[in-house]
Amino acid sequence: MTDTSMAPPETGLRTFDYGSDEAQARVKRRYKAEARFRLYGLLAVLFAGAFVFVLLADIVRKGMPAFFEHRVVLTLDLDASLIDPTGRREIDVLRNADYNKIVMDAWRANFPEVTQRAERRRLEALVSSGAADDLRTAILRDPALIGQKVRFPVLLSDDADLHFKGLSTRISSVPGAGALDVKVNGRQVELTGSGQPFAAILADVKSGLAQEAERVGAELARLPASQQGGNNAALDAKRAELTQRVADLRRRAGDAASAEAIDFSAMPSRIVRAEGASIRLQEIGPGSAKGFLLVAPQRELSRLDSWMVATFATPESNRKASDADISWLETLKARGLIEKAFATRFFTSGDSREPEQAGIRGALIGSALTLLVTLIVCLPLGVGAAVYLEEFAPKNRFTDILEVNINNLAAVPSIVFGLLGLAMFLNFFGLPRSAPLVGGLVLALLVLPTIIIASRAALKAVPPSIKEAALGVGASHQQAIFHHVLPLAMPGIMTGTIIGMAHALGETAPLLMIGMVAFIVDIPQAITDPGTVLPVQIYLWSDLPEVAFQAKTAGAIMVLLGFLFVMNGAAILLRRRFERRW
Amino acid sequence: MTGLYYALMVALALGAYFLVRARAAALANGQTLHSRPNYHGLLAAAQVILPMILIHFAGSVLAARFVEQQALAAMDPALLTDELRRGAAFREIREFAIGRGAANATQALQAGAAMYAYLSALTNWAVLGLGLAVGIAMALFSLRSISSEFRARNRFERVVRYLLMACATVAVITTIGIVFSVLFETFRFFQKVSPIDFLFGTHWSPQTAIRADQVGSSGSFGMVPLLVGTLLISTIAILVAGPIGLFAAIYMAEYASPKFRAWAKPILEILAGIPTVVLGFFAALTVAPMIREVGTALGLGVASESALAAGLVMGIMIVPFVSSLSDDVITAVPQSLRDGSYGMGATRSETITKVVLPAALPGIVSAFMLAISRAVGETMIVVMAAGLAANLSFNPLDAVTTFTVQIKTILVGDQEFDSAKTLAAFALGFVLFFFTLTLNVIALAIVRKYREQYD
Repeated sequence: MTDTSMAPPETGLRTFDYGSDEAQARVKRRYKAEARFRLYGLLAVLFAGAFVFVLLADIVRKGMPAFFEHRVVLTLDLDASLIDPTGRREIDVLRNADYNKIVMDAWRANFPEVTQRAERRRLEALVSSGAADDLRTAILRDPALIGQKVRFPVLLSDDADLHFKGLSTRISSVPGAGALDVKVNGRQVELTGSGQPFAAILADVKSGLAQEAERVGAELARLPASQQGGNNAALDAKRAELTQRVADLRRRAGDAASAEAIDFSAMPSRIVRAEGASIRLQEIGPGSAKGFLLVAPQRELSRLDSWMVATFATPESNRKASDADISWLETLKARGLIEKAFATRFFTSGDSREPEQAGIRGALIGSALTLLVTLIVCLPLGVGAAVYLEEFAPKNRFTDILEVNINNLAAVPSIVFGLLGLAMFLNFFGLPRSAPLVGGLVLALLVLPTIIIASRAALKAVPPSIKEAALGVGASHQQAIFHHVLPLAMPGIMTGTIIGMAHALGETAPLLMIGMVAFIVDIPQAITDPGTVLPVQIYLWSDLPEVAFQAKTAGAIMVLLGFLFVMNGAAILLRRRFERRW
Repeated sequence: MTGLYYALMVALALGAYFLVRARAAALANGQTLHSRPNYHGLLAAAQVILPMILIHFAGSVLAARFVEQQALAAMDPALLTDELRRGAAFREIREFAIGRGAANATQALQAGAAMYAYLSALTNWAVLGLGLAVGIAMALFSLRSISSEFRARNRFERVVRYLLMACATVAVITTIGIVFSVLFETFRFFQKVSPIDFLFGTHWSPQTAIRADQVGSSGSFGMVPLLVGTLLISTIAILVAGPIGLFAAIYMAEYASPKFRAWAKPILEILAGIPTVVLGFFAALTVAPMIREVGTALGLGVASESALAAGLVMGIMIVPFVSSLSDDVITAVPQSLRDGSYGMGATRSETITKVVLPAALPGIVSAFMLAISRAVGETMIVVMAAGLAANLSFNPLDAVTTFTVQIKTILVGDQEFDSAKTLAAFALGFVLFFFTLTLNVIALAIVRKYREQYD
């Protein structure tokens, strides 16, 4: 065995025994280390790839619902005496008619049993306040509709929409066992049956109670034995209360025959459905149950041979759609009146406080106007600066400062450009707040370094022989550059510009500083109108508490990413198509 | 009015161009011109356009100032010296003058608005007239100066050259603009709050009370909690991005087959191109709840807006940044160094860790510094996923806040101008700008020096 640390033999030559076990093991170890190292590298790349995939999948999963909306198709009675009493079809009269009443009358006609005020308000809340506007638009477009009865898709509210998108509660339906006798008293209903038709449901309720008992028991076990600071009396009281509750729950869960009243704040709701009626069970015994008639039947109920029990897994007080809401909606769905459609509204309307009416049109136009300003300002400036630095700048201190400056500017945090915009453009020059003009100027300064650097690289890539040939046949320096070098560098410059524009399109922070975060319903018409841009719209929506806006946010993100992919794809294509190797 | 001015300017320039070119061409029939007729035309157009733009800019600025002064004087002479009410009063006048003001305007306001309307019309026409006169004069001058010896091309090329230089100077002007806009407000901030309190104070609550006798009416502006929060999140980010980015760069530069590169490079580019607002959405709605759930399952108290969530996502954001910069410096290491190492019998990984990385170290260090500067200045991820509470905490599971979050929070929405709170945002911006600038300058200097070594 030989080791490098051993003293060399007399001959002055060191011998190595590569065949020894130790050397073999060492080689093996080194190869293993090599494989491990390589694996780490691969894992790092794969991790980045996996993140991109998870991110995109998550956004698409969250955002897809935003592209669809649910409507209820109602037969509207467009009574001429309501819309146009004078019969002269004057625009102002048509515009100010009470379309809401028409929609609401037709909507309420579906559920004549709803008479109580609070209940009626709940029912009306299921239709979007934008439905009347849709009707107004339709009539203004085609006044011939007045006096007819038309089937018109009425937009549902966000809660109703979310229910159909499966975001309110999980509903499971099982057929009921055996026939039921029904006793209806107003809207109170008593269901009795021979045998034990409700035994299975009751057992389900009892197992829920048993689970609840376990949960409270666990809470009891987590209570500390004593508390520092002498608040033991309260602790003892709490413990006694929980112990009592556990005992109570266990007793109820254990007694299979006793009737149970449903606590809608903690237990799943159970709805009996038959003959178009929905009855919410309030008290369940093995042989009979009491309930409330949420939706009236199509005929007088006395005996039910076949019925279903639907269970709404989430307790009523934990969701926005109540049992009645869901029953109404499900009834309409069973009647075939609900339609799902592509939400063109998402692309054609501006921002709104009502999630179902909010769209990205304003943001899209705002982004387009802003990018237009950015492009107009930044392309000539960027190319001019690049041509100067690459071709005309003398080698002196000033040029050095320019170069260092541009490199540093590329790394200044974007929010600092927002501060510049606020202090300079808004406060000093007095340009309008929230306007695409200012946004475009700020973004132009932000992406200017990117475009300068890309343009310089493109200019540098054009071989000097082109310029020299032009100079050789008598062109002036500027003629050589503007007639020969610049056109050849154009594909590279365009690629850099598109990438810079993509960067500008995704930029948010500096635009927040110059007030593009205002809630603006109107769609901007000019670069001095207040407006917002797509990324800022995303930020604004992501901050809102309504669940429906979460889908809208993700939907808007999908649109933004779509534009970015198209732009970057165009840049890559341009590069592939026009790139020349000299 | 601006539209009309520029339309006239373009018309005049086109007219001058075609007229002068035609004259020069006619002259060229008899004799040889020094410059081609085209250049005579271009020079004429430039001589019309440049002075007219200059007149419009200078004229508008001067006129706006004059109109404001006269309108305010007509409304109430006392306003001229009252800095606080001046801006609001002038805005009122302007609103009223364009018919958007309240109907029950006072006599004084009406007088001011009338003066405003009268004078702005007057000055607008004056600027237009002056511009037009100068434009026509310049066009005539160009027409007069046509001759066979006239060096129109040289003159025009000189104009172009200065224009190009002006384009390049915009970058410098931007930097100066940034420095001045933050520096100026920062000085005003330091007149209200001492720099010592700002730099070393450990309590941040910029809310200034409306009444002087309220508790905490002064607000406190110690930036230490923000600094700690920023550094905490940036540290988490760099702990994520450093190893992943570096290993990815090593793999891409040293191991990956061209086919793998063709796949992996675009994916990293996609990651680099994802807007931060999207990453912020992901951090706030997906990563933060996930961390919270895991933390709760492990029995840890996790804030819903923990620094960890923001830091992790920010780390992933800068992975492509670190990897592409490191990739560049690793590929810039001369092949001869690697060959020497292989010749000694080293494996690839040994070559990388013992030869390539030490040789590329300055570049990698600067890549990391640029990445840190990027993380410190990043706004949207922290705005959406990190909190507002200025906790002085090093625990990544707590909610912390950063410079950028505070700047955004203070400056978005209605601001009372000149309050210490608003100015504090600019002071924070100044610190942020200074900090990132220092990192960038050092990093770029390292890169420059290092590049020279192997060139």
